[in-house]
Amino acid sequence: MTYVDDYPGAAKLVRWHFGVAFIAFALGGVFGLLQGLYRTDYFREALPIDATQYYTVLTGHGVLLALVFTTFFICGMFVWATTRSLDRPLYSDRLAWVGFGSMFVGTALAATAILNGFAPGLPFDSADVLYTFYAPLKAHPAFYFGAALLVVGSWILGAVYFLTYREWRADNPDARIPLQTFMVLTTFIMWYVSSVGVAVEVVVFLIPWSLGWIGQVDPLLTRSLFWYFGHPVVYFWLLPGYLAWYTLLPKFAGGRLFSDPLARVVFVLFVLLSTPVGFHHQYIDPGIAEGFKFIAMTNTMMLLLPSLLTAFTVVASVEHGARQRGGDGYLGWLRALPWDEPAFAGTALAGLMFAAGGFSGMINAGMNINYLIHNTIWVPGHFHLTVGTAFALTAMAVSYWLVPQLTGKPLRHRRLASIQPYVWFVGMTLMSNAMHRGGLAGLPRRTAEPVGDAGASAFDTVFSTIAEIRLQIALGATLLVVALFMFLVVMLGTWLSRPGVSALSVNGHIPEPLSGASNGPRVLDNLKLWTGIAVVLVLLAYGVPLGSMVADGILNPGASPFPV
Amino acid sequence: MEIHRFEKLWLVASLLLIAGFVATIVYGAVGAGVAMVDNSGGQVDASDPTASPDFRDPGVYQTGDGEYDVYVVARQFSFTPGSGTPIRVPEGSEVTFHIASRDVTHGFNVVGTNLNTMVIPGQVAQLTVEFDEARSFHVACNEYCGAAHHDMTGTIEVVPAEDFDESEVAEA
Repeated sequence: MTYVDDYPGAAKLVRWHFGVAFIAFALGGVFGLLQGLYRTDYFREALPIDATQYYTVLTGHGVLLALVFTTFFICGMFVWATTRSLDRPLYSDRLAWVGFGSMFVGTALAATAILNGFAPGLPFDSADVLYTFYAPLKAHPAFYFGAALLVVGSWILGAVYFLTYREWRADNPDARIPLQTFMVLTTFIMWYVSSVGVAVEVVVFLIPWSLGWIGQVDPLLTRSLFWYFGHPVVYFWLLPGYLAWYTLLPKFAGGRLFSDPLARVVFVLFVLLSTPVGFHHQYIDPGIAEGFKFIAMTNTMMLLLPSLLTAFTVVASVEHGARQRGGDGYLGWLRALPWDEPAFAGTALAGLMFAAGGFSGMINAGMNINYLIHNTIWVPGHFHLTVGTAFALTAMAVSYWLVPQLTGKPLRHRRLASIQPYVWFVGMTLMSNAMHRGGLAGLPRRTAEPVGDAGASAFDTVFSTIAEIRLQIALGATLLVVALFMFLVVMLGTWLSRPGVSALSVNGHIPEPLSGASNGPRVLDNLKLWTGIAVVLVLLAYGVPLGSMVADGILNPGASPFPV
Repeated sequence: MEIHRFEKLWLVASLLLIAGFVATIVYGAVGAGVAMVDNSGGQVDASDPTASPDFRDPGVYQTGDGEYDVYVVARQFSFTPGSGTPIRVPEGSEVTFHIASRDVTHGFNVVGTNLNTMVIPGQVAQLTVEFDEARSFHVACNEYCGAAHHDMTGTIEVVPAEDFDESEVAEA
């Protein structure tokens, strides 16, 4: 029996979530290509945008990919992970549809506000505020309402996962939480703790301000609330990737996970440390004392630990799988892996690229060297390796395996699918390395004209030239969009194919880890304890600095809106 | 809980790496003296920094022997001074920048250097740097600030000490 036969209601929910995610992915990806070509000045005259609309495209790219694609995919994937690992339907499909509806309406509102940037004069016009929407740049209220509904919708889905777990717990009072459900619940604990920040920013400050009910807001306070949410959100993107690397990648490799308890330790560390780190995005912000930045820096460095542990466990599990398949030697086992299977290749390449992203993240986290790369194109170079590959490529790879189980239809265009992860990998290698090097030379991010009036000669590249960097970015962006459309062709082909033409060959079974949950202490499953400690750490890191920002008046020093 | 011997080694190595990173940053702050932009610049009116006595006349001020203060107001889409008139300081000087915005959030990045700060309405970004070499620097606003953000650039000219005209600057 496949998943769709066991849980038809949940499968439908996942399909709709993935459907919206993939549409956002397609549109956001095309925007990415427009941006890549515009800012590198390739075929600029032929592009349908001007310098101002570059920022419309940039806002759309960020919002549709970093917020919409991710959130829909994650919420859908977690419906599957919860029902599959608890082996029961959701607490309420209807409540989950309410969550989906909220996210969908939110997305439609925000997307309409953003897309109106292409046709000035429409009522929703002006939302070119990028996905960080720093006040006092002001978007149409629809943009902020949309963002709020998207977050609230995800909260409702989170509630469904927890309620489903509670029902399961009533039937299984002594059992350990199944690993995938443990990962879903810990990810959402982190998400609840952290998304409160952006919810307060948007609902308490930006919505009333954009409607004119309050005249001014404090730009530093709202920005700090954004980053209170803005770093944990990257773990909200990443942890579903970790879920796939821990629970699926070993299986794709032909083996099983090494250690269930260590996977739980890693997720607990993320619950504790993901939020009290947001000031590392504000290292060079005025108005925040150096000590708070230092605390955020040490917490951020500690966050390396769960990722380094993950690297070990996942590589060890994959090696185990390879040896099960007959691989041998120190590195010779790598040849025994199923590199032609898109689900394996995509997940493994995503993990490999995340390692590179981790290293550039260490530079970002280095408080004083951050001066050199802050807000240069280094930073998007970094996060295209993390959210743009560790998450996105894993999501695509998992889809190759999961969508047949959600639709009951075998994967179509298998050959296209099996080369797609490599096209993405090569494209991202070209684009991201060039972005990192451009950042070291001082090329700014978020700009239609990177070199400005100074010309390329104002930028000292470590080696090579600005022209070469531009070429690699343009070429990489093109390959990435090619890979994106290869993925979409496979998905559409699979989705639209007639059911029952051929038998489903996918095996949805996930083998038990070598070292099972019972080998770990029970305290790991004490979610209330970890939530409590996480909240205390957040209060320690944020209590005093946020307190001092509101002490001079919650709206002071206040800035009036600047519509864009 | 069973942890494999290799995994224990990896765990210890990871913790050492983390401790090493934190140590380099502590050294940077204490040993090499890299100060972070912080709250020492104080606050100004978020829409009119020139209401504050410090910013009433932005420009370069001499504060001591080889020491200068530079007050810069950032706005959509220029730096004053910096965009129209370049910021001119002599070679070998120690310069403290005070930068404030009169509208939205901007950035002030002297390209290729670690002179880089956010400029947030209501807050004064203050940081001190040394200019050892006579040359010209490109300044970019590196935070999106509106439709013509990409036009918001400036220049810092570090001139040989003998070419620097003291009458260009006011006494603090």
